[in-house]
Amino acid sequence: MREMTKDIFCGERATQKRTVTALAGIAVFAFVPLYGVGADNDKVPALVRYHVVADGIPTPLTSRPGNSVEGEKVVEDRKLGNCLSCHAFPLKAADPGNVGPDLRGVGSRYKAAQLRLRVVNMKVLDPQTIMPAYYRVDGLHDVGKAFVGKTILDPQQVEDLVAYLATLTTKGTSR
Amino acid sequence: MRARLLATPAAVAFGFAVAFGIAPLVRSLTQGDLAKYTAGEAKSGYVYATAQTRAMEDDEFQNPGSLWVDKGKALWNSVDGTAGKSCASCHNAAETSMKGVGASYPKYDAKIGRVVDIEERINFERERMGATPWKWESEPLLAMTVYVKAQSHGMSVAVATDGPAHATWEQGKAFYEARRGQLDMACAQCHVQNNDRKLRSETLSQGQINGFPTYRLDWQAVGSAQRRFRGCNEQVRAEPLPYGSPQYVALELYLASRGNGLPVETPAVRK
Ligand code: HEC
Ligand code: HEC
Repeated sequence: MREMTKDIFCGERATQKRTVTALAGIAVFAFVPLYGVGADNDKVPALVRYHVVADGIPTPLTSRPGNSVEGEKVVEDRKLGNCLSCHAFPLKAADPGNVGPDLRGVGSRYKAAQLRLRVVNMKVLDPQTIMPAYYRVDGLHDVGKAFVGKTILDPQQVEDLVAYLATLTTKGTSR
Repeated sequence: MRARLLATPAAVAFGFAVAFGIAPLVRSLTQGDLAKYTAGEAKSGYVYATAQTRAMEDDEFQNPGSLWVDKGKALWNSVDGTAGKSCASCHNAAETSMKGVGASYPKYDAKIGRVVDIEERINFERERMGATPWKWESEPLLAMTVYVKAQSHGMSVAVATDGPAHATWEQGKAFYEARRGQLDMACAQCHVQNNDRKLRSETLSQGQINGFPTYRLDWQAVGSAQRRFRGCNEQVRAEPLPYGSPQYVALELYLASRGNGLPVETPAVRK
């Protein structure tokens, strides 16, 4: 029998016991001012502010530099980035999905600022994309009770990812 | 307790299947065999299942869902409620009276005044018998639903989307296309726009419901379409709706209509 991995982003089993209805989520979001997919996030006080310049976010979200080794873990971890569910990376034991483009070599296609925006909120660039915005809490609907007001990744994890993606300079590298 | 008793033979049956090697049954199906499981654009989850899983579904003795069929048959014939009747008292043999019924649900019910799914229709009958309605996802409700739907096994799904069902169908479609959850994804983004692509090791099927209630290896049990909806909602970190929510019934109608023409596969077997 092969491994059964139905739970793409979080455990179905782990969350099954929740009984609160979607109304809770709706109620919370009724108080969040609605505005379109903005570029900057200065209307969301809980988050670290960032500013979009062209197609990037030039200033890091944290003062501590990103750690690419930690970033690689975020890519693989199903509860964190789970980037592998959609993208190929130069990682050995990976079983990548192909919903998104192959990211081998992405570090030579984009600068850190561009990578940062793509992780923080890809929807600024493509409002229709399936790729989740990893550092965003506004404009969402029916969010699970346990996740209301929370970003998928924290600022340090975003920086770690950016550092890792920047190392992917060779297409098809296999480590 | 009952669920336990049922789960044990299921696990045993499953163990046997593994122990005695599904291997001899594994055969590569020709396009012709699979054609039965497609209708126009619609493709059943059967097409995406492995040969082993298909073989398990196809063989009545290996299919763990058969236990729910048997259980449903027993319930069909047992007297319950203040009216002192069983289903059979009014409907006689399900093989004839229920043939085709499962293929047409969810549907608008004039007596109830809205679109209902089979589970709700069964409980409506229970009330008329003076019997307590079965709880959602309880073993008897699943067993009876499987039993009724199994009477349409192989027949084409044919749900009506026009007339009094149309507004509900529209609601189901809107739900299917709306993004939700912390991951901000719609059903359609996975099952329509990325159908056939891989999400990590999973190939995204069309998310058809022609085989529900389905035996899932992962659940080690039969579960309803709504259980699957809740699972898919939770995958995107959205708050799942309670069983029997009008939105889920509307979603069932919309999904059933996407699969109009596919064979009823209940009880299907899926990973
Ligand atoms: C559910 C699918 C999905 C997940 C999960 C996902 N992505 Fe994406 N990603 C996409 C798609 C699809 C695109 C293509 C851009 C578009 O849709 O407009 C993309 C584009 C990108 C790009 C730009 C690539 C290019 O060549 O332009 C980067 C960088 C990226 N993703 C990084 C990540 C990282 C890092 C993660 C995890 C933290 C991640 N993605 C998770 C679907 C996904
Ligand atoms: C993040 C991607 C994703 C989203 C969004 C999603 N699903 Fe799924 N769904 C899956 C995966 C993966 C499976 C298991 C493999 C398969 O059959 O596609 C699945 C399976 C299913 C199945 C079982 C199909 C079968 O043959 O047994 C149904 C039904 C279904 N989904 C319906 C839905 C509905 C309804 C929604 C929205 C409420 C939804 N899905 C949202 C990923 C998703």
